[in-house]
Amino acid sequence: MIEVIYILWLRQLKHYWRSKARLIGSLGQPLLFMVAFGFGFGPMYTRASGGGNYMDFLAPGIVSMSILFTAVFSGLEVIWDRQFGFLKETFVAPISRTEIMVGKTLGGATIAMIQGLIVLSLTYVLGFRIPSLASLGLGLIFMSLIAIFFTGLGLTIASKMEDMHGFQLIMNFLIMPIFFLSGALFPLENLPPAIYFISRIDPLTYGVDGLRGVLSGMSTFGIYSDLAAIGTLSVLVCIIGALLFSKVEA
Amino acid sequence: MQNILSVQSLTKKFDDFTAVKGISFDVETGSIFAFLGPNGAGKSTTIKMLTTVLKPTSGEIRINGYNALKEQDKARSSFGIVFQDYSLDSELTGYENMVYHSVIYKVPKAERDERIKNALEIVGLWDRRDDFVKKYSGGMKRRLEIARALVHYPKVLFLDEPTVGLDPQTRKSIWNHIKSLNEERGMTIFLTTHYMDEAEAMADKIAIIDHGKIIESGTLEEIMERTETESLEESFLKLTGRDIRDENGNGGNKMRFMRGMGRRHGH
Repeated sequence: MIEVIYILWLRQLKHYWRSKARLIGSLGQPLLFMVAFGFGFGPMYTRASGGGNYMDFLAPGIVSMSILFTAVFSGLEVIWDRQFGFLKETFVAPISRTEIMVGKTLGGATIAMIQGLIVLSLTYVLGFRIPSLASLGLGLIFMSLIAIFFTGLGLTIASKMEDMHGFQLIMNFLIMPIFFLSGALFPLENLPPAIYFISRIDPLTYGVDGLRGVLSGMSTFGIYSDLAAIGTLSVLVCIIGALLFSKVEA
Repeated sequence: MQNILSVQSLTKKFDDFTAVKGISFDVETGSIFAFLGPNGAGKSTTIKMLTTVLKPTSGEIRINGYNALKEQDKARSSFGIVFQDYSLDSELTGYENMVYHSVIYKVPKAERDERIKNALEIVGLWDRRDDFVKKYSGGMKRRLEIARALVHYPKVLFLDEPTVGLDPQTRKSIWNHIKSLNEERGMTIFLTTHYMDEAEAMADKIAIIDHGKIIESGTLEEIMERTETESLEESFLKLTGRDIRDENGNGGNKMRFMRGMGRRHGH
């Protein structure tokens, strides 16, 4: 059981590590966002908040963003496995679908975590400082929960998708809104009711808020509520994913 | 046990169409069994059900004495399969593909290296084990898939059109490997192919399926005698007609080529 999960996990890590173009390419977006928004909106934020540092606000948001995209994409990769026939090889083996789901979730989540950690160290270069080791530790917990939730979500979506044609649909109508309305870039205050509502049902909102709470000391809901929310959602998405996944025919 | 594979009234219905209509057959332990039929006859659907990829609508499948539906994992451990389309991870090396397979099939860790080495040597890929699969030719990929299917010591090996798209040399070498697996290890072989000469040369027993039903089965001699023909190809054409079938063949939309015109008729 453990070894089966391990080999599934290892396969994904090998894919990630061997594709240097993907590894480096996916750092471009968070870097661009940090530089453009950080320096662009920085002065405005400082004036509006009465002296606050925008980088303290933005850095946890950008770390969350990079985890979000890497995780969802890792989950959706299962569609490629299906198209290249490899999924069948895994599906006819004498192992349970739950093992496959767990292995793939952990694999994708680990990759997303690595990506998040690289981005976190880039924020250091741009002047972001984490107050203490303890907050870093708590930060890692939030990062891994965000990673698990969104890998699970990617896998759940993939179990319902035949091929990559729906990819743009998922990106533009689900993942992008999840990112922009999560409070990763701007504070979720004084919003129109509709946007306010969406931001409150956006799972990433609680991930970003919690991560910002432990890394920068700014939290809207309190880190324990955030932890409860994103933790519960992670468990939930994994269960739903496992159920849907068990019905997939290769 | 006499029959390694036993199928009883196997049926598969899709929404508006029945692909396999209550077929029954047995495959003797240690034999080579050829399962033939035109495109869209129900061949692939059957092989998918036998290998637990697809759930039957009704009927029973026993592999190595295990009920393929109720004792799924035991049944799965009993067979190896080479799918019609390649099913390798091309971003891994040949060896890594083998290790992945050994782990998910729970080959004991102590025996793993030895078994992988043996299997790769059988198909002549030991020297290329550390190359990425994306660098392999079509024939090498097929040989790797056969080696992979051997690693967990299956009792039955399913081969779904294993020689499609390969040159005559590679085809010959693959069939030689398969033949020796059958003769030396007593491994039962269940194969499908569109090359009638291959089936003729290899099979102990042959079954021909069309429109979801088995329309003829027996030894080559029996089939030729009953159809009053001189070769398997002739019997096959006599039994299944000369219409050209649709590739994915979901029954209703059969494609008929009118004499020399290639005109498509209705759906």
